[in-house]
Amino acid sequence: MNQENVLEIRGLKSYFFTEKGVVPAVDEVDLIVPKGKIIGLVGESGCGKSMTAKSVMGLLRFPGKIAEGSILYDGKDLAQYKDKELRKYCGKEISMIFQEPMTSLNPVLKVGRQVRETLLIHDRSLNKSQAKEKTIEIFRSVGIPEPEKRYNSYPHELSGGLRQRVMIAMAMICKPKLLIADEPTTALDVTIEAQILRLMKQLRDETGTSILIITHNLGVIAEICDYVYVMYAGKIMEQAETFELFDHTMHPYTKGLVASIPRIGKNPERLYTIPGVVPNLLHLPKGCAFSNRCQYATDRCRSEKATLICAGEDHYIRCFHVEEELAGTGGAPLQADLTQAEPEQAELTQAKPADTQSVSTEVQA
Amino acid sequence: MKQVLKRLIGAIPVLIGVVLLIFLMLRVIPGNPVLTLLGEHYSDAAIERLTLSMGLDKPILVQFFNYVIGLFQGDLGTSYKYSRAVSEMIMDAFPYTLKLACMGVVFAWVVGLTSGIIAAIRQNRLLDRMFMGFALMGVSMPVFMTSLFLQYIFAFQLKWFPLTSTGSFISMILPAIALGWNSAGSIARMTRSSLIEVMQADYIDTAKAKGLFKAAVIMKHALKNSLLPVITMMALQLASMLSGAVITETVFAIPGIGRLATTAIGNRDMPVLQGTILFTTVIVILGNLLADLLYSALDPRIRKGN
Ligand SMILES: Nc1ncnc2c1ncn2[C@@H]1O[C@H](COP(=O)(O)OP(=O)(O)O)[C@@H](O)[C@H]1O
Ligand code: SF4
Ligand SMILES: [Mg+2]
Repeated sequence: MNQENVLEIRGLKSYFFTEKGVVPAVDEVDLIVPKGKIIGLVGESGCGKSMTAKSVMGLLRFPGKIAEGSILYDGKDLAQYKDKELRKYCGKEISMIFQEPMTSLNPVLKVGRQVRETLLIHDRSLNKSQAKEKTIEIFRSVGIPEPEKRYNSYPHELSGGLRQRVMIAMAMICKPKLLIADEPTTALDVTIEAQILRLMKQLRDETGTSILIITHNLGVIAEICDYVYVMYAGKIMEQAETFELFDHTMHPYTKGLVASIPRIGKNPERLYTIPGVVPNLLHLPKGCAFSNRCQYATDRCRSEKATLICAGEDHYIRCFHVEEELAGTGGAPLQADLTQAEPEQAELTQAKPADTQSVSTEVQA
Repeated sequence: MKQVLKRLIGAIPVLIGVVLLIFLMLRVIPGNPVLTLLGEHYSDAAIERLTLSMGLDKPILVQFFNYVIGLFQGDLGTSYKYSRAVSEMIMDAFPYTLKLACMGVVFAWVVGLTSGIIAAIRQNRLLDRMFMGFALMGVSMPVFMTSLFLQYIFAFQLKWFPLTSTGSFISMILPAIALGWNSAGSIARMTRSSLIEVMQADYIDTAKAKGLFKAAVIMKHALKNSLLPVITMMALQLASMLSGAVITETVFAIPGIGRLATTAIGNRDMPVLQGTILFTTVIVILGNLLADLLYSALDPRIRKGN
């Protein structure tokens, strides 16, 4: 693996082997987190973002497991590790914070103890009072007021914002090389969200920790990410540097996400949402997973799967429409091996709106 | 402390209700205790004399009033049959029941909790299936059956234990298992399902993400949360434990409260029956109180009065 990268996910397939069939929650995902960068992974809920993160941390639950692919960290493939070996990295070198600060902290233990625990697991030389001191120190540095007093608080005694700060403290206390933040601000209101994002950026600047931030909100991406991956139904649909992504949005799905970002001055009740719902992963359309919702969908889209192609500098997309447009206008060169074979004359499966929960792009009011 | 007091005061109406209920219930049941006491040969004069001396000629309200007054003085009445103070008889019998119940509870908790935890960890594996099989047996077999079953196999056939109990530790083992098996079964099943459920919680992911091994995740993060509902149930089982004791004591001939009550029923010895029921009720109420307090001590959300 490249020395400049902290994490390289290669061809990751995390599947759920359920009684009804195989659910490809993460399907052939390639994702790179370079050192010191903040990388975004965005997509509607149910797209497989959390499962990507959980694959890295070894948190997939039965019947889910990594079916294929590698997760390279520090030259080692974490996907091959047994739980016992993986735990040595978790919390120390790679740490994670979760979406729900309400439920991610143990309700019956004082928050200080929960943070201190991380330290004690990985640094055997510390005794409890030293660990407590360090915990109070990090509480202070993540902006928890009255850290000595908060140390003895229970989770239910803290506000959502403070709880998420506790989670960040817990994740950062061992100075990890990589922090995975799964929707860290989704449960918080907008002002608190801005504070938390600022804090994470500040921590990255101070400690050099790389961050993989997962969100369904492109607003968050615009705020702090250097590079973005757009995920849909388990697959990466588009990836580019943040500025490039907003400047040259190509994929119809990304365009939909961008259009649904709330903007100041616009009536929030009339926000755009992408029509339709995320398809049930058990019954994916034969071709492009987005074809049942895409206004550009053609017969080819419904029967063939597009591949990820280069569409500009470090900008990749997975879409026939864009592909054809680029070829027509003589845009960025396509990769040679990605030229498509003749569309096969298979029956065209009409993509049926799935029976999953109806999820339109969620938007924060 | 304030909470304890509040709970204690809250128990008073329950107690009054129970006293009233017991008193009325036993008057409503058909059969004349005087006739029972006198046996087959009696004269009308004898009946009258006995009725007077037992105070059964007075109106029922007066009888109740006298009874309650007596209670306040720690007087549970006098046995019709043995002419002994009921409180004294209960105090004689209680140590046996206490010993039996304690051993039964210890058996139920230790065996129930450990097998429940192991079953949860080894979910759907052999050990899980085995433990849950035993648990199901305990839960579905009535206590008299488990008692007779254990007595037959281990006392009668294998002769590892005495047939009846003298109150010694060894002789109490079989009765304690017979009594505790049922509770052990429910505790094991509940511990298992509760632990499995808690293992799905988000904070378990957090604990793993910190780098804790599975065993530590369970011991440090899952167990305390998963035991909260189990503790409530364990307290509720105190009541079933005491009713089970009645049967176990009979099968193994242990001279405890349970046997006192059954004999009293046979003799239509109302004061003794009233006394034993009242005594048991108080114990159950105290047990529930204890469970509530334990629960709130374990769960900070309740402790702070949420
Ligand atoms: N236990 C499970 N069994 C089957 N499928 C599951 C299970 N858990 C999650 N999935 C599938 O994984 C998909 C991705 O979930 P997730 O990664 O949590 O989405 P998100 O992008 O919102 O984080 C879901 O749409 C669901 O279909
Ligand atoms: S491949 Fe076709 S259906 Fe899929 S996003 Fe592109 S145009 Fe739409
Ligand atoms: Mg998620």
